[in-house]
Amino acid sequence: MIDYNTSFDQELADLKDTILKMGVLVQGLIYRSVESLKKRDKDLAKYVIKQDVEVDWLELEIDEKCINMIALRQPKAGDLRFITTGMRIVTDLERIGDLAEDVCERTIELDEKPLLKPLIDIPKMAKLAQDSVALAIDAFVNHDVGRTKQIWEKEKEVDRLRDYVHDELEEIMEKDPKMVSRALPLLLVSRHLERICDHATNIAEDVVYMVEGRVVKHGGPLT
Amino acid sequence: MNNIKNMCNVREITVAEGIKARMKVEELSAWFYEKQALNNINMDIFKNRVTAIIGPSGCGKSTFIRNLNRMHETIPGARVSGKVLLDGQDIFYKGYDVVKLRSKVGMVFQKPTPFPTMTVYDNVAVGTKLGGNKNGLSLDEIVEKSLRQAAFWDEVKDMLNKPGVGLSGGQQQRLCIARALAIEPEVILLDEPCSALDPISTAKIEELIHELKKNYTIVTVTHNMQQAARVADYTGFFLLGDLVEFDVTSKIFTNPKDKRTEGYITGRFG
Repeated sequence: MIDYNTSFDQELADLKDTILKMGVLVQGLIYRSVESLKKRDKDLAKYVIKQDVEVDWLELEIDEKCINMIALRQPKAGDLRFITTGMRIVTDLERIGDLAEDVCERTIELDEKPLLKPLIDIPKMAKLAQDSVALAIDAFVNHDVGRTKQIWEKEKEVDRLRDYVHDELEEIMEKDPKMVSRALPLLLVSRHLERICDHATNIAEDVVYMVEGRVVKHGGPLT
Repeated sequence: MNNIKNMCNVREITVAEGIKARMKVEELSAWFYEKQALNNINMDIFKNRVTAIIGPSGCGKSTFIRNLNRMHETIPGARVSGKVLLDGQDIFYKGYDVVKLRSKVGMVFQKPTPFPTMTVYDNVAVGTKLGGNKNGLSLDEIVEKSLRQAAFWDEVKDMLNKPGVGLSGGQQQRLCIARALAIEPEVILLDEPCSALDPISTAKIEELIHELKKNYTIVTVTHNMQQAARVADYTGFFLLGDLVEFDVTSKIFTNPKDKRTEGYITGRFG
């Protein structure tokens, strides 16, 4: 068997690079969005919101590349799975970008109001979200199903932290309803971060399909 | 052994769906003199389904379908071992009536082959005239029915007395399909039926294949993988005389099991 490095292979490599570029950009947005919240930095929050536009453009660019390849190259088997997975992944990445933007909007909402309490769990959630996205991108780029297991574990941990943050903030709001305007943005931030992990999980599931042709979505077997 | 293993999956699916095999190929090997062209092929040809055979030139795909109606043995130096069962009977069995076999298993070739001295009408009628009328219809009725089944009647009904070779390539091919249908076969073998045709004629033949599978079992050899993907329910990939993989077409084209199949269908070798 001969492996030709065809012009189609070049196009596939180029597609992978562009998705990787989008993934790296999105990871940066998550990091900076949480930094903006921690440091109460409205300028940084506005910068992230601006940068999200670039993510949207990359989504369109990648979609167009994929559609062209399907139309012009009629990809099959592994190539087909790679391209269709690419199309799905960019939708998740774009949504992750939007969620980072949402976190920044919460920063802006909180404005100068002092924080209810020092942020402990939310930065932990942010770290888990960033790591999950990084692992998902790595798994996609390296065709590595092994990394996806860690993503599922992180998702469970984030869910647990979200429930904890939720209970804690609920208690604060019940005690003193005046705190609602300061507690609600944090509640939403925990929700945004948890959703980011869900999207990373979606990417992981798509990677399993791409590499092994197995469908693990919606409670399918994971092993 | 590998071939049998590959077949299991399809068997499970077809058994689950209640699809029966019209032909069964068991341990089929074929030679041209010393050169072995097929190595121990095991495969089911399912009733009222389209089976496509794909693979690079010289992989044995034409040899394979030419064995399904014993055309292979007409070539000097050709030899066969193994079994091909049609409705449970081995077609290689001594005393098996080859003429009867070929009336049950019809064939259409790569290049349209209308009989050059005959009219459109006679091209379709000739099989019935020579081989006998199976169902008591008149010759006119058989010709019309066959041309209608080949989706060709409306185009050709006013030129039945014109020579068959005067038609376009795509029309000639549909005439040959009508000729094959006239003798009411059970199985139709198509050996690259569209490779000499333009895209519009190809689309017509492909549409016809979809229609015909309601009443017939079809095996088609094709170099055009998109065509296999479009028309076939099952696809077998041949390489160097081996049946590398045989599966439901959608599986072959989205998630083939064998690296060689993947290499071929993604255009990376062959």
